[in-house]
Amino acid sequence: MEIFELTLHELHEKLKAKELSCVDATKAMLARIDAVEERVNAYITVTPEEALKEAEAADRRIAQGDIDLLTGIPVGLKDIFVTKGIRTTCGSKILHNFVPPYDGTAVARLKERGAVILGKLNQDEFAMGSSSESSYFSTTRNPWNLEHIPGGSSGGSSAAIAAQEAVATLGTDTGGSIRQPASHCGCVGLKPTYGRVSRYGVIAYASSLDQVGPLTRDVKDAAIMLGAVAGYDPMDSTSVNTPVPDYLAGLESGVKGLKIGLPKEYFIQGLDPDVKKAMDSAIELYRSLGAEIREVSLPHTEYAVATYYLIATAEASSNLARYEGVRFGHRSEAARGLTEMFAKSRAEGFGSEVKRRIMLGTYALSSGYYDAYYLKAQKVRTLIMQDFLKAFEDVDVLLTPVAPTPAFKIGEKLADPLQMYLSDIFTIPVNLAGTCGMSIPAGLSAAGLPIGLQLIGRPFGEQSILNAAYAFERETDWHKKKPAL
Amino acid sequence: MKITRAEVEHVARLARLELSESELDTFTVQMDGILAYVDKLNTLNTDGIVPTSHAVPMENAFREDTLKDSIGVENAVANAPKHAESFFRVPKVIE
Repeated sequence: MEIFELTLHELHEKLKAKELSCVDATKAMLARIDAVEERVNAYITVTPEEALKEAEAADRRIAQGDIDLLTGIPVGLKDIFVTKGIRTTCGSKILHNFVPPYDGTAVARLKERGAVILGKLNQDEFAMGSSSESSYFSTTRNPWNLEHIPGGSSGGSSAAIAAQEAVATLGTDTGGSIRQPASHCGCVGLKPTYGRVSRYGVIAYASSLDQVGPLTRDVKDAAIMLGAVAGYDPMDSTSVNTPVPDYLAGLESGVKGLKIGLPKEYFIQGLDPDVKKAMDSAIELYRSLGAEIREVSLPHTEYAVATYYLIATAEASSNLARYEGVRFGHRSEAARGLTEMFAKSRAEGFGSEVKRRIMLGTYALSSGYYDAYYLKAQKVRTLIMQDFLKAFEDVDVLLTPVAPTPAFKIGEKLADPLQMYLSDIFTIPVNLAGTCGMSIPAGLSAAGLPIGLQLIGRPFGEQSILNAAYAFERETDWHKKKPAL
Repeated sequence: MKITRAEVEHVARLARLELSESELDTFTVQMDGILAYVDKLNTLNTDGIVPTSHAVPMENAFREDTLKDSIGVENAVANAPKHAESFFRVPKVIE
C-alpha cells in the first residue's frame, strides 16, 4: 500500500510505531500532488517548503515522545481559511494577492497538534456555488470522472481526498458545501452544529449559516478531525461553550434500537434512480442491524431553497461590503474618485455569481423590500427549524440523500443559476435549522460516480451521526473504493 | 415582472457595483426569475411567527475590556493596495 493511500488513523499508527517519519509522509503526499494535480486541479496554492518544515518539527516532537493523533498528518485547507503568511484567496480575484497576518482558530488548532499544511484548496468564489466552477483560479475536476464537477463549494477539499492529495481536509458548509462535494467525490464530510467550531479566521459568506468541518477518507478520521477543531473560542461570539465529547469513544456502539427517520419530503418522485437505489439498500442495511426505521415529515422542506437564497444573499451582501480596494485585495486603477474606485474595484474583482448574490441580497435588504423578502425568509426559517425539532421528538437521526443526482457535468448548470441552487435542496435545510449533518459514501451510479448518504442529527448530536455512520461503514466497502486516476 | 432594469441599476448603485450593460440585462432576467421563485414563501402564513436570525439561541457574548496585543500597524497596512506610513491611501474624496 502506498503512503498516500493511508487513512489518517492508519498513518498515525505508522508514525507512532516509527515505521515512517512525518517527513516521509509529507514527501509522499507532495509527490502524489505532483503526479495528479495537473488533471485534478484541487489546489490553488501548494506550500511544499512550509510543509516540509512543519513535518521536520513534527518529527522532533515525536522523537521527544510527544505525539497527538494529528502530529505529522498532512492536511489541506479550503482557501477560505486565513493562514498566516500564506496567500488566502477565497477563490476570488479580489483577494488574489491577500496574505493574512494571522491564522484562524481551526487552523491554529490543527497546527498546535502538529498537523502539516500541504496547501490551500480550490473552491467556488467566496463559497458561493455547488460545483467549484465559480473559482477565479481554475476548475477542479472530479477524480472519478474528469468531465464532471467535484461538487462545491468545497470542491477542492473533496477532490483532494478522492485523488489522495491530502490525508484529510477542512471545508466550510453554508448550504451543503461540505456534504455535497463529499457525496460527489465519495468521501466522508461532516457539517457540525452551528457554534460547534469557531468561525474566527474563516472568510465570511453568510454568518448565521457558515460552519467549519472535515472531509476525510472514513468516519473515524472525521471523528478525529472534528475533535481537533471543535470547541469554544472567545474570538467567535457565536461559538458555543459546551464541552467537546470524545467522538471516537462511542463509534462502535452500533445502531440497535436507534430510531432512524426518513423524511418523506426527501424521497420524492424524480429522485435519480441510482440515488434511490443506494438509499433503499442503506435503509435495508440499517434495518438488518437493528435500527428502527420510521417515516417522518419535514413539511416546510419545499420552502428551504427560497428561504436560503434570501437569507444567505442578504448576509453576503453585508459581509462582502468590506471588499472596496482600500485595506486589502484588488484595487481598480481606472477610477478617478473614491466612490468610483469602490464600484470599479468590486466590478473587476468579483465574478458573476458573487455579483448576482450581492445584488439579490442588497435588494432583499433594501428599503421597501426588507419585510417582504428578508423578514419573511427569517420567519419561514423558524418554521423549518420547528420541523426538525418536531421530527427529533420521534427519532434520533434522519437519513436522506445528500444530492438529488450524482455529480453533473462541468458547464451543465452554469447558464441557469436557479437550477444550480436547486441541487442543494437536501442539504440547505440543515444549515437553516443550525443542526449537524454528514455525508458518507453509500454507492456508485451506473456511470461510476459516487453517491452519498446524509445522516442528520439533533443540535450538538455529532456523536450520534458519527456512530450511525460508523455502523454503516463497518458493513460496507464504499469508502474503500478509489477512482482510477 | 418582479424587477425592472431600472431597479437593478439602482440596486447596483446601492451595492457599489459598476455593472456593464450586458450584466444589467442578464441580471434583470435572472433576478426576475429568482424573485418569482422565492415568491412561493408568500403562500405560507407567517402571522405571529418569530423571525430567526441565529439557529442557536444565545445572548450577547460579553468579555472583559482588557488591553491585548494586536497585529500592529505595519501588518494592518501590509495588504493595502496603497499606503503611506500608517495610513491607507485613497483617491481624492472631494474634487
